[in-house]
Amino acid sequence: MLYEAVRLALQAILRNAFRSFLTVLGIVIGVAAVIAMVTVGQGSTDQVEADVSTLGTNLLMIRPGQPSQGPGSGGGGGTAASLTLKDVDAIEQQISSVAVATPSNSRGMTAIYGNANYSTTVTGTDNRFLTARSWAIVSGRAFYESELRTGTAACVLGETVRQKLFGNGDPIGASIRLKQISCRVIGILEVKGASSFGTDQDDIVLIPIRTFQRRISGNQDVSMIYASIRDGISTEKGKANIESLMRERRRIGPFEEDDFNVFDMKQITSMLTGITSVLTGLLSAVAAVSLLVGGIGIMNIMLVSVTERTREIGIRLAVGATERQVLLQFLVEAIVLSLIGGLIGIMLGLALGLLGARLLAIPFSPNPSIVLAAFLFSAVVGIVFGYFPARRAARMDPIEALRHQ
Amino acid sequence: MSPVPADAVPPLIRLQGITKIYGTGDAEVRALRGIDLDIAGGEFVAIMGPSGSGKSTAMNILGFLDKPSGGHYFFGGAAVDHLSRDQLALLRRNFLGFVFQGYNLLARTSALDNVELPLIYQGMAISQRRQLAREALAKVGLNGREDHHPSQLSGGQQQRVAIARAIVTNPDVILADEPTGNLDTSRSQEIMELLSDLNRTDGITVLMVTHEPDMAAYADRLVHFVDGCIQSDTLNGKVAADAV
Repeated sequence: MLYEAVRLALQAILRNAFRSFLTVLGIVIGVAAVIAMVTVGQGSTDQVEADVSTLGTNLLMIRPGQPSQGPGSGGGGGTAASLTLKDVDAIEQQISSVAVATPSNSRGMTAIYGNANYSTTVTGTDNRFLTARSWAIVSGRAFYESELRTGTAACVLGETVRQKLFGNGDPIGASIRLKQISCRVIGILEVKGASSFGTDQDDIVLIPIRTFQRRISGNQDVSMIYASIRDGISTEKGKANIESLMRERRRIGPFEEDDFNVFDMKQITSMLTGITSVLTGLLSAVAAVSLLVGGIGIMNIMLVSVTERTREIGIRLAVGATERQVLLQFLVEAIVLSLIGGLIGIMLGLALGLLGARLLAIPFSPNPSIVLAAFLFSAVVGIVFGYFPARRAARMDPIEALRHQ
Repeated sequence: MSPVPADAVPPLIRLQGITKIYGTGDAEVRALRGIDLDIAGGEFVAIMGPSGSGKSTAMNILGFLDKPSGGHYFFGGAAVDHLSRDQLALLRRNFLGFVFQGYNLLARTSALDNVELPLIYQGMAISQRRQLAREALAKVGLNGREDHHPSQLSGGQQQRVAIARAIVTNPDVILADEPTGNLDTSRSQEIMELLSDLNRTDGITVLMVTHEPDMAAYADRLVHFVDGCIQSDTLNGKVAADAV
């Protein structure tokens, strides 16, 4: 009988194919929206995690300033004393859990080569930066010790900068201008792609830290230190070690607050994925409301359909359909209708999720449990919103129903 | 004057003092005022009477579509006046076939699917259903029209599909409510020939409401309703005429 009910339901749905489609549109949109949201949300979470792992999960960032400031906030650190190259050496040499520490001073500048100019970020650092960020040189070489010591105007380009200034040409040995400095290109960095903050990591020019200090910032400050923690040692332990060393070096009393920050990439990851999941949750909730609206749409059309098919119901009752059989028929019709809507919605949602993932350059991460949940939810919508119209059909008086025009 | 002696096997249908009252108080309408009627298996009975005489109400009660307000209804010797909605549905499904004035076929549904409908509710397997439905359509002279939708068939053909649907379950009784009301004379005669053939050859009891004497002439017995009562119940003269 259930098989018959499904067959009858499909017949009835196909008989009014266009109206059936409009009926389930609410479900289609609701399911598609939820699935697209969750897929894109999951994709961006995966992306953040992948980005952080390219940055190195064992990486800590030390900045001067009050602890409340985030990793992206301003450079100088306000009134707090800045960091120095001595701090870098102290962190690397005195803390056994730290593998390498490297300074990183950055400033936005225009790089010029011939007629091409491109606004980029110039970072003063040393070769340990490459180790800490696990970043390889794909062409040319890193800085020589002598270049680092004397502050020579040599630079290593990120792929984006190379592309903008040189196109397909080979930049090694060429001189680019950064402000008034003429700077020889000695190497090209491997491609890293976009970071979790949405910035292009390849949009970078590396120069020796001393060159940066003398010729760009004009002081001895270090605005940020990257410290990478040895394998097998927790970042929490490394962070605690660095904090106690820095408090000592900066002579912070036992009851005073830190005037520097140590950021753990894990913290940053969880902060970013936290934002993503809250957004995903909110948007999915909005989308779920449209599922509810879709369900009401189904109920509305099923009620219209029951009224419209009063005579048909009368005929079915006259030839011997029981109340239960009529109820089952209309209930199954509502369920089949909303399941069809759910299936179309799932396909549409996955397609939108794929499109969104492509546009945002994040991984396509469909979540099977959400797909299953959407499918089951559409069945539930069918049962809940189909029951009332079906019951109305089942309880019709056959004589009245047959008389209905 | 019942043609069946009261002390023989119980008649197929026996109505005893059936009343039907619609509404209450001042709005009360007494559609049937105590009907006594016995119908034996194999009879062809025409029910006539002016509109409002209660003949449609009687048909609804006879067809298990409605319950009487009072009195007793025995079908095949068993009292059926107290049965539930679903039990009445089972009786309709297994023992009755309906033919209506307006055909009452499912629109946009093939003749075969229409005829199959009662068998679906009997829970019959599809292959057997198809075969019985084809046979029923052949019996009413519609072989080759199985896939036609009602809109592709003439009125007479639609009524034949309806008759096929009524007989596909091999019922004891066909209840026909003005079966020729929407048809012209020659189509009406064809339908009436078909009904009397089913009555004579297959022994199906036919109860037919009509107000056309020409159609009533096909029946063996005429029951006249007036004002909620049976005014007359006579054997049809046609039997005698045929014998001459």
